Amino acid sequence: MDKYTINFTLNGRPVSVEAPATVNLLTLLRDYLNVTSVKFGCEQGNCGACTIIIDGEAVNSCLVLAQTVQGREVVTVEGIGTQEEPHPLQTAFTEYYAAQCGFCTPGMLMASKSLLDHNPHPTREEVVDGIVGNVCRCTGYNKIIEAVQAAAEEMG
Amino acid sequence: MEEYKYVGKRLPRYDGMQHVLAKTRYINDIRLPGMLYVKAWRSPVPSARILKVDVSKAESLPGVVKVITWKDVPYNRYGFVADYPVLAEDEVRYIGQEVVAVAAEDLDTAMEAVSLIDVELEEREPLLDPLKGMEPDSIQVSPEGNFVYFGDKPVRQIRKGDTDAAFAQADYIIENYFRTAAQEHCPIETQCGIAQTDVMGRTHVYSMSQAIWFNKMWLAPILKKPQSMVHIMGGVVGGGFGSKNDPHTDLICSVLSLYTKNRPVKWLWTREEEFTSSTHRGCMHMFFKDGVMKDGRIIARQVRSIRDGGGYILTNDYVGAKHAYGVAGPYNIPNVKVDTYVILTNKRPVSSMRGFGLYQASFADEVQIEKIAKTIGMDSWKIRFINAVRDGDTSSTQAELHSCALIEVMQAAAQRAGIKLDDDLLTMSSKVRLEV
Repeated sequence: MDKYTINFTLNGRPVSVEAPATVNLLTLLRDYLNVTSVKFGCEQGNCGACTIIIDGEAVNSCLVLAQTVQGREVVTVEGIGTQEEPHPLQTAFTEYYAAQCGFCTPGMLMASKSLLDHNPHPTREEVVDGIVGNVCRCTGYNKIIEAVQAAAEEMG
Repeated sequence: MEEYKYVGKRLPRYDGMQHVLAKTRYINDIRLPGMLYVKAWRSPVPSARILKVDVSKAESLPGVVKVITWKDVPYNRYGFVADYPVLAEDEVRYIGQEVVAVAAEDLDTAMEAVSLIDVELEEREPLLDPLKGMEPDSIQVSPEGNFVYFGDKPVRQIRKGDTDAAFAQADYIIENYFRTAAQEHCPIETQCGIAQTDVMGRTHVYSMSQAIWFNKMWLAPILKKPQSMVHIMGGVVGGGFGSKNDPHTDLICSVLSLYTKNRPVKWLWTREEEFTSSTHRGCMHMFFKDGVMKDGRIIARQVRSIRDGGGYILTNDYVGAKHAYGVAGPYNIPNVKVDTYVILTNKRPVSSMRGFGLYQASFADEVQIEKIAKTIGMDSWKIRFINAVRDGDTSSTQAELHSCALIEVMQAAAQRAGIKLDDDLLTMSSKVRLEV
């Protein structure tokens, strides 16, 4: 199968990768670039486990053809915090037990980050609206909503 | 008061940082050198005889390393009564049942190979309704019949006291029918497994199992190896809820790995496969008949429940029994008669899901309490308090109960829900039975 070069910014660093035109961004990140934070949950845009941020907007990476990120800026969980300097959302998710099995967590974090980037002081309803595309089967969502609100407060 | 380090403290989740930094390694995040990818040919129909399986085209596709049918499985049975084939032999009993499995150099090749497999089926009329399956002239899903056996009986029976005599004395007879639907666990991590058999013949499995020792118990006989030759690594589960008690990918991956010259094989299910082909919570039909006195006491309960078991017994006998033990509810009922049936149908076999048949029981049992309340004109809280089990009572299986707390739990729940209970209910205790 013919391969095409894709150049884009991943977590602040330029990357160049060759892939067939049929590959979606989820597969490109996981299988071509070893970014395992982006989870395979449905590959149909239903579960949100593969949510990432492209040019500031949260999107399901499984619904994005890899070729279309040419020249754009992609951010995953690997780009928002480290063990030494976690993002306030990452700290809050740990303290408020918003991560249980942890599988939806990366997508949930990216959807939440996008929400707070656009709206630093969301109401509870706005948080619910912000994570409505992300399915969690463990927590029942309350802990996640609490964590996002706590992070928003922490960030001031 | 003594200061505790942990009790009463809010502690950060021990593996929380691992999760939020996305460093938790799920099975699909593992890629081993030389790894092959698996896909299966699944039955497109709920019931059929398999007339012919031709895998020659798939085998000759470049990139295909191994194609297996049931003939390649050392011992092709598992489940509590070993009735479930790893790969279907001469028949399929549900949509999605695996007939052939392929290991290939990459996923695209595995998918293409599956499309080249030629299976000739003779479709049969499926049995989809467990109530119909109980009739004598019903379609038979299994040659041994549709009824799952509990010991020497095709029914799990619970008997306590004399229900017929109690019904004759009761002020009210209250009968109802309850039905719960089947339910898919839908873990966000779909079924996934990796297996590799080393040169010494030891099979190593990276599993997302919730039940590693069960898997080992089932896998070793399938491979015809002692358990010491089956090494299962796991512990990280991306949501299970009971769906990962069953070894969905591990068995076929392990068998394939016997034939791949020590190369590891990985199988990740799609969301569609998860819905069509993984186990789920079984649908239940429950027929209740209660004898109730004017003062609110339930003096007799008769339950006939029927579980839609799907195509194979698998763990159905265990779940059916647990349902039977619990279906009379957390109430002190002196006369109980329970008959629980599990009926095989042409659907995906059902298995464990959070409570093993008890949630369905609780749903029916508590709606029945509300129906009793309406019928006899008494508050449903009061009926629950009057009948709640207390220390020294016996369960429907006639075990003596200790450390009961239902009354205290209901008192606390009512308070938190802002419900004002009558004083006589607030003074009740699980430690003593006061006359009402």
